[in-house]
Amino acid sequence: MDKEKLIQELQAKAVRLRRETLLIMKEMGSGWLGGSFSSADFIAALFFYRMKHDPRNACWSERDRLIISKGHSCEVIYAALAESGYIPREELKTYSHLGSRLQTHVDCRTPGIDCSGGSLGLGLSFAVGSAMGAYILPEKKNLSSSPRKQKARFRVYCVLGDGECNEGQVWEAAANAFHYKLDNLTAIVDSNKFQSTGAVRMKMDMISLAEKFKAFGWETREMDGNNMKEVVDTLDWVLTVEGKPQAVVAHTIKGKGFPSLENTNCHFVKITDDLLKKGLEAFVG
Amino acid sequence: MVKTTYLREKRDTNENMYSAHNRALIELARKNKKIVSCYADFPPGEVAEVFQNEFPDRIIDVGIAEGHLITSAAGLADAGLIPFTHCHALFALGRGYNQIRQNVAYDNRNVKIVLCNSGVIWGGIGPSHLAIEDLAALRAIPNLVILSPSDAVSTEKATFAAADYVGPVILRLPSVGATYPTLYKNDLEFKIGKAICLRDGKDITLMATGILVKDALEVSEALEKKGIRARVLDIHTIKPLDEKAILAAAKETGAIVTVEDANILGGLGGAIAELTSERYPVPIRRVGVKDQFGESGTSEEIKECYGLTPAMIKKAVHHARKAKRGRR
Repeated sequence: MDKEKLIQELQAKAVRLRRETLLIMKEMGSGWLGGSFSSADFIAALFFYRMKHDPRNACWSERDRLIISKGHSCEVIYAALAESGYIPREELKTYSHLGSRLQTHVDCRTPGIDCSGGSLGLGLSFAVGSAMGAYILPEKKNLSSSPRKQKARFRVYCVLGDGECNEGQVWEAAANAFHYKLDNLTAIVDSNKFQSTGAVRMKMDMISLAEKFKAFGWETREMDGNNMKEVVDTLDWVLTVEGKPQAVVAHTIKGKGFPSLENTNCHFVKITDDLLKKGLEAFVG
Repeated sequence: MVKTTYLREKRDTNENMYSAHNRALIELARKNKKIVSCYADFPPGEVAEVFQNEFPDRIIDVGIAEGHLITSAAGLADAGLIPFTHCHALFALGRGYNQIRQNVAYDNRNVKIVLCNSGVIWGGIGPSHLAIEDLAALRAIPNLVILSPSDAVSTEKATFAAADYVGPVILRLPSVGATYPTLYKNDLEFKIGKAICLRDGKDITLMATGILVKDALEVSEALEKKGIRARVLDIHTIKPLDEKAILAAAKETGAIVTVEDANILGGLGGAIAELTSERYPVPIRRVGVKDQFGESGTSEEIKECYGLTPAMIKKAVHHARKAKRGRR
């Protein structure tokens, strides 16, 4: 497909995801708006461009995995799952209701979710295990050989928060991914600069996450995570890397798309009638 | 006295339970291509050479990172494999608790977590490495099956049972360096959730788990000479508990002594006290670690110091029977 057309289509998808995300949040009366909106663009690109998956066969063993390690940004994921056809659109109305498959953090009970989230710092480890599994050959050396004899059965994408990178286990996983040369693993850090109770830099200054991943041996790129062209280019680049895991630090805007909320700590916000009205006017698609 | 036919006539063979587990794991791995053995800088023993030669991709060491060990094992299970993780019991629990709860138990992943060097009797390298609370903590997590075999034969069988079972399993083993008397013959039938009645009796029941089953057995034998018939149950599955066998023992023998190398708070003793106090209350005495941290020392010294000896089991039997008579 023509790249420009692709980008336009993905941009339209991202608008649609933001609209649906808002409608999902309305069900609870509040939601993880900031992180859902900051990540909406690359989530759209992963679901509708990059990932090899089959919404009609959610448990397909060879599917690419998507691990939402920042498990709170779940509403945009539910919107993407419905848009792809994993779950019926009507089901979005059950979000956070008792007995629903759509819990208030991503949850394995939802088709298309590979790892339950909510406890931060775990997802990258899960992704490492999954990526290793994609290289393991039962009776031959493959995972443990260099260069490898056989390609990985699937790729694994892991979405982390920048605040989440405070957690120590992220770096256990990062070291291990390099050690096993997991080039079928891509970590995308949604660097929206805010965490639960304040600015990331003020909570625990991680200086440069890109430099950190580089120091851990990862092929690393930074991108404007709200610019679809950069997102697509970067997601094309990850496929070209051999022998190393890839880290993408996506510089994003928390609450992207809502001028009144952008770059504020809109981590978990009440969905007022006014906010809903403004949102539905802004995100038409 | 009726004894199970599974018991050996003599207890003159000592075997290493970790080796028994490793033998089973090797046999399993040869039959089932999905078996993967994972470590956090923990000695793989016999597994190392065989796996390196026959299936080098299926042995993984993640370094000193127990939290990552547990979560990455859940990822391996997601990729269709059956991982067995190995590290110190205390670090699987202490560094991996949230990971066991979230990634293994909650997501119901087919991960087998082997708790090595559990309990205080090991002595080993001191209190930082001695797990007393593993049973209490893990018992409170839904979805987990918890196995605690008592000798090499039941360890081998427990390893096979863990692999057969689809879902998360905890396998609790004692010191990986020590040997323990083998109690069972090789034809032992080991079923998850089904206690083994080693000796029948009507006067009291000794409910033991892990390496102290042997001591419970010895006490029962010694008591028989005094005319006291003590039933002995090997509670090799801490969860799900064999409620039927435990409640039947409560009804038929009227008194219970529990025996374990773990904190009696929430451990086997806690589990059986909870069950019987609601369903069929009888006098109960708990032999185990009495809410203390472990210590360095030889196993014999530690058993003495922590009251984990046959003499202390006998004493508990005496008190439980006295309480039983007092109720009449």
